[in-house]
Amino acid sequence: MTNTPQGRNAHTVRQFDNELEALRGLVLKMGNLVCQQIRDAVEGLITDKIALAKMVQRREDWVDAMEVEADDRVVDLMVKRQPVGPDLRAILSLGKSVRDLERMGDEAEHVARAALENHERSSGMKPSAELLRDIGPMGELAVSLVEGSLRALTRLDEAEALAVTRQDDQLDSNFRAALRRLATFLMEDSRTVGNVISTIFVIKSLERIGDHATNIAEHVIYLIRGKDVRHLRSSEEVQKVLNDADA
Amino acid sequence: MQSMSLDPAQPSAGPAADPVTVPRPETGLSRQSQPVPRTLPSAPERTLGEPRVRNAAITSRMVSVHYGAKRALFDIDLDIGRHEVIALIGPSGCGKSTFLRCLNRMNDTIEGCRVSGEIRIDGQDVHSPELDVVQLRARVGMVFQKPNPFPKSIYDNVAYGPRIHGLVRTKPETDELVEKSLTRAGLFEEVKDRLKAPGTSLSGGQQQRLCIARAIAVQPEVILMDEPCSALDPIATAKVEQLIDDLRKNYTIAIVTHSMQQAARVSQRTAYFHLGRLVEVGTTSQIFRNPEHQLTVDYITGRFG
Repeated sequence: MTNTPQGRNAHTVRQFDNELEALRGLVLKMGNLVCQQIRDAVEGLITDKIALAKMVQRREDWVDAMEVEADDRVVDLMVKRQPVGPDLRAILSLGKSVRDLERMGDEAEHVARAALENHERSSGMKPSAELLRDIGPMGELAVSLVEGSLRALTRLDEAEALAVTRQDDQLDSNFRAALRRLATFLMEDSRTVGNVISTIFVIKSLERIGDHATNIAEHVIYLIRGKDVRHLRSSEEVQKVLNDADA
Repeated sequence: MQSMSLDPAQPSAGPAADPVTVPRPETGLSRQSQPVPRTLPSAPERTLGEPRVRNAAITSRMVSVHYGAKRALFDIDLDIGRHEVIALIGPSGCGKSTFLRCLNRMNDTIEGCRVSGEIRIDGQDVHSPELDVVQLRARVGMVFQKPNPFPKSIYDNVAYGPRIHGLVRTKPETDELVEKSLTRAGLFEEVKDRLKAPGTSLSGGQQQRLCIARAIAVQPEVILMDEPCSALDPIATAKVEQLIDDLRKNYTIAIVTHSMQQAARVSQRTAYFHLGRLVEVGTTSQIFRNPEHQLTVDYITGRFG
């Protein structure tokens, strides 16, 4: 099949394709930046690197600016082209993905703020490495979810999008396990309460990042299939809905 | 766009068509690696979607049209539901107007035109020898692209049809029907003080509404509209579209339009024609959100296959 501008998939108005592709490029660029934000925020927190956390806070403005820019292009495309069918779905999906990326950026910033707060505690009051133990693996999984959702968007790949929804089930279960583990710290020593609460907020942020990545994966499935797979209870249900649609 | 249902109709799988692996409908976005192959019928021979409806005012089966040796329509099966607006869309020369004109036998007037297949209105075959074509056209009214009022007064434009069809006998009866028809067409308030003025003295949008009043004066069951707004400005277009929606309560309407936005606004079902074939038919909501056929996608998104 052809995807060249001369091929059957080219718009009669080629400028439309260029603008749509440019919008996707911007969304992916924003996605890469958000990935970097999450990585740096998590690393800043577990290694107590204050410079990384401060960098995340500075770059948060860039993420916000990209959201505004992308939204502006979405409105512009709507006004100029009145898109329908798959074009409409593409623009809506990209617009919604931007929103999810922006929220992930916020969550990364929350993690960075926790890193700064930990840093400012006196040495005896800092959280132990044992207390922070879940954050590293959960952060890696969260980043891998975001990367997966961006790959799905890049390749318009349904299998990749489905993999994201499955991985999110894993992240949710890691979150619940970490919560139980953190509860034991409180039971053993109530003086850890401050650090435990702050850590719970961090793992909650990571869990939320996974939810937003899943949202993007769902937007990609909507883009490809025109099928709304939101608000299903599990990745198996999503798979089932798509299988039923194929049947 | 009007509010739409969330349940796009799925196409029925026909046993006859041999599915060939073709890519799914694409957006302007390209896949940046291998596409996921899906099976979709690639040949336009078989209509995607559900051409039949339960409460049909018009049914057509295997309708084909030839202009001399040239075949213009290929075995069209399509129902039009009662009190439904169906939009017929497709590029120029796709057969949508030809199909529309079959429904009240307007093609009879074209030399060398042959229509085969079966068209029934309320169960009655329109090609039956017993059927009086003048009566048929009273039951199936038509509004054309360019407003074409008779060179008569506004009043007479509307009164002419009912008079020749014997729907009215007395002056008061005629007055009442003229007022009712003009009111239904949303024109009465604008012209009530100058009913004796020539129809052609009205603005384009008013003339088109006059033609619609004329069409409904003979109390048809079905109104066919062939690009009724293409010669009108946006405000006149909006008035006619509003009128179409109001008329739907009492009539069945088929509209040919080149405006995708208009089809999306006024119709409940949409049929896409391509090179004389009915490629896809479905709820308007499904066609404009999630069309199944690549040809439909190409057309509504402004690409041509």
